[in-house]
Amino acid sequence: MAAPKQINTTETEARIDTLTLPQDGWSAGSRADALARLRAMGLPGRRDEYWKFTRPDALVQADVPATEVFANDEAPLMDGQPCLRVVFVDGVFDADASDDLALEGIEISRLADTSADIHWAQSLHGTLETAGQTPVARPLAALTTAFATDGLLIRVTGQPDKPVNVIYNRSSDSADAMLHHVIKLEQGTKLTLLESGPAAARLNTVMEVDVADTAAFHHVRTQGRDHQRLAATHVFARLGEESIFKSFTMTANGKMTRNECVLDLKGDDAVAHVAGACVGDGDFHHDDTVFVTHDAVNCESRQVFKKVLRNGATGVFQGKILVKAGAQKTDGYQISQSLLLDGDSQFLAKPELEIYADDVACSHGSTSGAIDDEALFYLRSRGVPVELATNLLTLAFLAEAVQEIEDEDLRADIETRMSGWLERHRT
Amino acid sequence: MLKINNLHVQLEEEEKQILKGVNLEVEPGKVHAIMGPNGSGKSTLSYVLAGRPGYQVTEGTAHLGDVDLLNIEPEERAAAGLFLAFQYPVEIPGVGNMTFLRTAVNAQRKARGEEEMSAAEFLKVIRAKAKTLKIDADMLKRPVNVGFSGGEKKRNEILQMAMLEPKMCILDETDSGLDVDAMKLVSEGVNALRDQGRGFLVITHYQRLLDHIKPDVVHIMSDGRIIKTGGPELALEVEHNGYADILSEVA
Ligand SMILES: Nc1ncnc2c1ncn2[C@@H]1O[C@H](COP(=O)(O)OP(=O)(O)OP(=O)(O)O)[C@@H](O)[C@H]1O
Ligand SMILES: [Mg+2]
Repeated sequence: MAAPKQINTTETEARIDTLTLPQDGWSAGSRADALARLRAMGLPGRRDEYWKFTRPDALVQADVPATEVFANDEAPLMDGQPCLRVVFVDGVFDADASDDLALEGIEISRLADTSADIHWAQSLHGTLETAGQTPVARPLAALTTAFATDGLLIRVTGQPDKPVNVIYNRSSDSADAMLHHVIKLEQGTKLTLLESGPAAARLNTVMEVDVADTAAFHHVRTQGRDHQRLAATHVFARLGEESIFKSFTMTANGKMTRNECVLDLKGDDAVAHVAGACVGDGDFHHDDTVFVTHDAVNCESRQVFKKVLRNGATGVFQGKILVKAGAQKTDGYQISQSLLLDGDSQFLAKPELEIYADDVACSHGSTSGAIDDEALFYLRSRGVPVELATNLLTLAFLAEAVQEIEDEDLRADIETRMSGWLERHRT
Repeated sequence: MLKINNLHVQLEEEEKQILKGVNLEVEPGKVHAIMGPNGSGKSTLSYVLAGRPGYQVTEGTAHLGDVDLLNIEPEERAAAGLFLAFQYPVEIPGVGNMTFLRTAVNAQRKARGEEEMSAAEFLKVIRAKAKTLKIDADMLKRPVNVGFSGGEKKRNEILQMAMLEPKMCILDETDSGLDVDAMKLVSEGVNALRDQGRGFLVITHYQRLLDHIKPDVVHIMSDGRIIKTGGPELALEVEHNGYADILSEVA
C-alpha cells in the first residue's frame, strides 16, 4: 500500500488566495464543486508520482514571476484563410480583434458572459474534468474549472464551413491566464478548432469536449516559440458511438509546458487520435501526459508523440491505455520517441498498458536515439550539406506525428513552422 | 580525372589496416573495373573516397582533377563531381525520394555557384530519366529506398547518378540484385554518361556487367592492394579460373 498522499495545503491555499471565485451565473455551482475537489487533492507537489519527471513548482507557485514578453512574429494557424477568429490577450477576450461570434452550424458564447441562457454548458461544465480525475488526480484542471475567467462555450449543431481559430496573444510580463473551453458536438456534427499564440506569462487551460455519436472533432494547435512559456493545458474528451476525435499539438520552445489529454471512448466504433511534435533547445521542458480509456467495443486509439531535443532540453511522455472489461476488439497504439541531437538532452518516458479485456490488439513503444549516421552519410554523399541533411532527417523523424493532421494545408503549415525552427536553431 | 596515390587506410576504432597502398588513375571517358575476393577492400576504397566516417587515412592521396578529396567534407566531394553508387543503399524513412533528389541537385548546384533547378524543370527531367530506368512515379514519391526491392534500390542509385551528372562515378556492385533486363537498363545509363567524358570505377564480381559496360582497364584487388592490372581479358580470366592463379602468380 502506498502511503496516504500528503496534501499540499499551504501551497494550495496560497494559490487560491491570489484568485477570485466567480460567484454569479450558471457556473457558480460547478465552480464551487471544483474548488472543493481541488482542496481535497491539493496542488501537485514534487513527490507526486504523476509529477515524477516534471517539477510542478513553476506551475503551482502563487505568483508568476515577470518575464520578457515574446515579440511574436509568428502568424496564427491558417492565417488569411477563412476562419472564425477569436482573440484573447493575456487570457482576456479581445472583441475588437475577434470576429463576430456567429457562424452557421455552431452556437458560440463566452464563459465570462454570465447572463446567457446556456443550459447545455451548465450540464457539461466541469463534468468531463471531474470524470478525468480518476484514477489519477489532475489538480491544475480542477483549479482552472474553479477559477477560469473566460473561455469559449461552443455547441456544434451542424457542419460549419470554417474552423474556429483561437488566437492567444500576450502583452503583459506577468499575466496568469486561466481559460476554460466547453465544447459540445451534437450527433453527426463536425468542428475544427485551432489554437495558437504565446497566450500569457503563465497559462492554465481546460478544454472539455463532448463528441456525440457520429460527430467529428479536429483540433490542431501550436505552442509557439515563446521561450518563457509556463503552461499547463488539459483536454478532456468523451467520445460517443462512431465518433472521431483528433488532436495534434506542435510545441516549439517553452521552459515549462505540460499538456494533459484525457480521452474516454464511451461509444462503440469510436476513433481517437492524439499526437504531438515538439522541438526544444536548452532551457526547455515539455511534458505530454495522456490517458486513454477504452470503455466500448471496437474502438481505435492512437498516441503518436515525437520530441526533438538538444542542448540540455528535457522531454517527458507519460501515456496510458486503459482497456476496461468488455471493451473487446480494442485497437490501441502508442508510440513516443525522442531524437536527441546531442548528449546533454534527456527523454523520460513512462508508457503504460492496462488491459481487462481479452480480445484486444494494443501496442506501445518508446525509443530514444540520435541521428542515424548511415542515413546522414548517404545524404551528404549526394551533396546535401550536413546541417541541411540533419534537418531533413529531423523532419523525417517528426513526420509520423505530423501525418496525423488530416488537413493538407494545416499539415504544410506545421511542417513550415518546424523547418523554420530547425533553420533558426542550426548548430 | 581520379588519381589515387599510395593510399593506406585503417579503421578509426581499431588499428586494423585495410588498404595497404592503392595506386590508381582513371582518365576521362574511361571505365576501370575492380575485381577481387570478398573482404579485399573494394568497398572500403569507395567509402574512403566518398568520405564516410570511421576510416583513417594514414598515408597517400586522392585527387579528383585538382581537388584534394581526402581533406574535404563528403558533400564537398559530391559537389566536386564524385558519386558513389552504394553496395547497400540506405533506407531513409520519412524523406521522400523526390525531395531528397531535388535537395541534392540544388545543394550541389549552389555549392558550385550555379543556378538552382526550378521545381518544374526538375520534375520534367526526373520523369524522363526515371522512365528510361523503368522507375515508376510511385517509387519517386516513396521514402528513399524504403520498401524497395534489392534491384529497385540499385536502379534508384543509377537514377541519382543520372540526375547529379557527376564527373567521376564509383559503382560498388551495382549489378548485384539486378535482373537481366535491369542490368541492360543500368548499363545503358552508364554508357550514356561515359560518352560524355565521365570517368567510371566499377566494382564487380561478375563478367556479366562487363559484357554491357566494356571496361578499358581491369584491376584485381587483394588484401588492400591492386595486385594486377590488365585489359578486359583479365576479367574473363577471373570468370573462368577464379583468383587462385592470379594470387599465386604475385605471391
Ligand atoms: N567498419 C569496419 N569494421 C570492421 N571491419 C571492417 C570495417 N570495414 C571494413 N572492414 C573489414 O575490411 C575488409 C575489407 O572490407 P570491404 O567491405 O572493403 O571488402 P570488399 O572487397 O568490398 O568485399 P565484398 O566483395 O565482400 O564486398 C574486410 O575484412 C572487412 O571485414
Ligand atoms: Mg564490397
